[in-house]
Amino acid sequence: MKFISEYRNPEVVEQYINEIHKITTQNWTIMEVCGGQTHSLVKNGILNILPSKITMVHGPGCPVCVTPLNLIDKAVYLALNKGVIMCTFGDMIRVPGSEKSLLEAKAFGADVRILYSPLEAVKIAQENPDKQVVFFAVGFETTAPANALSVLHAKRLGLNNYSILASHVLVPPAIEAVMNDDTARIQGFLAAGHVCTIMGISDYQPIVEKYQIPIVVTGFEPVDLLHGILMVVKQLENGEKKLENQYSRVVKPEGNPEAIKVINEVFETQDREWRGIGTIPMSGWEVKSTLTEFDANKKFAINIAKAPECAECIAGLVLKGIKKPYECSQFGKNCTPEKPLGAPMVSSEGACAAYFHYANVEAV
Amino acid sequence: MCLAIPGKIKSIETQYNGLVRMANVVFGGITKQASLEMLPDAQEGDYVLVHVGVAISKIDEEEAEKSFSYLKEIGELDELVEHSQIDRDGGSCPI
Ligand code: SF4
Repeated sequence: MKFISEYRNPEVVEQYINEIHKITTQNWTIMEVCGGQTHSLVKNGILNILPSKITMVHGPGCPVCVTPLNLIDKAVYLALNKGVIMCTFGDMIRVPGSEKSLLEAKAFGADVRILYSPLEAVKIAQENPDKQVVFFAVGFETTAPANALSVLHAKRLGLNNYSILASHVLVPPAIEAVMNDDTARIQGFLAAGHVCTIMGISDYQPIVEKYQIPIVVTGFEPVDLLHGILMVVKQLENGEKKLENQYSRVVKPEGNPEAIKVINEVFETQDREWRGIGTIPMSGWEVKSTLTEFDANKKFAINIAKAPECAECIAGLVLKGIKKPYECSQFGKNCTPEKPLGAPMVSSEGACAAYFHYANVEAV
Repeated sequence: MCLAIPGKIKSIETQYNGLVRMANVVFGGITKQASLEMLPDAQEGDYVLVHVGVAISKIDEEEAEKSFSYLKEIGELDELVEHSQIDRDGGSCPI
């Protein structure tokens, strides 16, 4: 397949690895923010072939993992007690809530559906005028245009039975939260390519300047990741701090203006709670107050009591890159993808699941 | 779920009374529909990146070459340098 196979070519991969080995003279710690990149790094064995001087730390970039427990409980409640058709992405339905996951709610008779796209949920709403349809809209900036479009389509169709339960998080404030944590020792970042496809790259320049760290916008294929790592290491070895774009075939500096327009039509920026991390100021999007009829949070004014997190799960430390999954006492024992204790073991983009599935990753 | 996959636009049709352009996008062997609302200029034959049913970016063929032309450059430089011993502390490449 054009534009994929080239980026997985073993010879090219090898050349990049050689180049990284050649230029690395000091110890460097680099964070990839995005869970998709974590997955690709682990799955393709890249962590095992990097110089031992380079430590890759996995960031909080898994929207499923950082969706607050309370919101999952709310989705379960709406599905079980309010009779709504609860739609969401596949990863989301197995995340444990305080009592049940959406999958377990389904076993108890709730109408829970896994969809590929939020636009399909609008169709379901059209076909079921006597039912309320809710899309549990989780995601980073990449997913926001699709979720926002679903609201605009529903509005265009005059539907009054469609709403979204938004759990939208933003990458730049998360990078700042990681840098502001005293225990963090990150020296450079790979920024998530697909997020920048939408938003462009200008939001990262102030972060480069404020924290004096290199940031390289990077793609997801093995060659992309190695190229991105090489660019960061090169800057570090030369004492440079710049914003660079490795993923220029897809990421335009200005992002996608049409997508930004749609996002601004539907969402507004607010403080947001990240599961395992806490509240990060201005780090999420909520449905605008002018569109409350499409906001499941407002439409179904229910108060779900805050439940405590599973005491043994150290997901917060894993998400901030402070601990590796295998440093968790439950990893692979009481916590497996079949019986997850925390969200990072559920989502394929969660660091715990990636380490579990590709178990050849040792302490790197 | 953050994965966005590149595919080629096979055909374009409209929905919502002509308001919304939808593309049939081929990914390897499978075809899926994707909204083109974020890419008003996209045409048949273009490569696009699709995420949860929405095409979010066109793929620039010239830029796609960059990762490889960069390697060619360092490859050419290498020929000037004596065969240097590459320090491989991570073992051999399993890929
Ligand atoms: S292994 Fe399981 S319990 Fe431990 S941090 Fe990961 S998700 Fe939580």
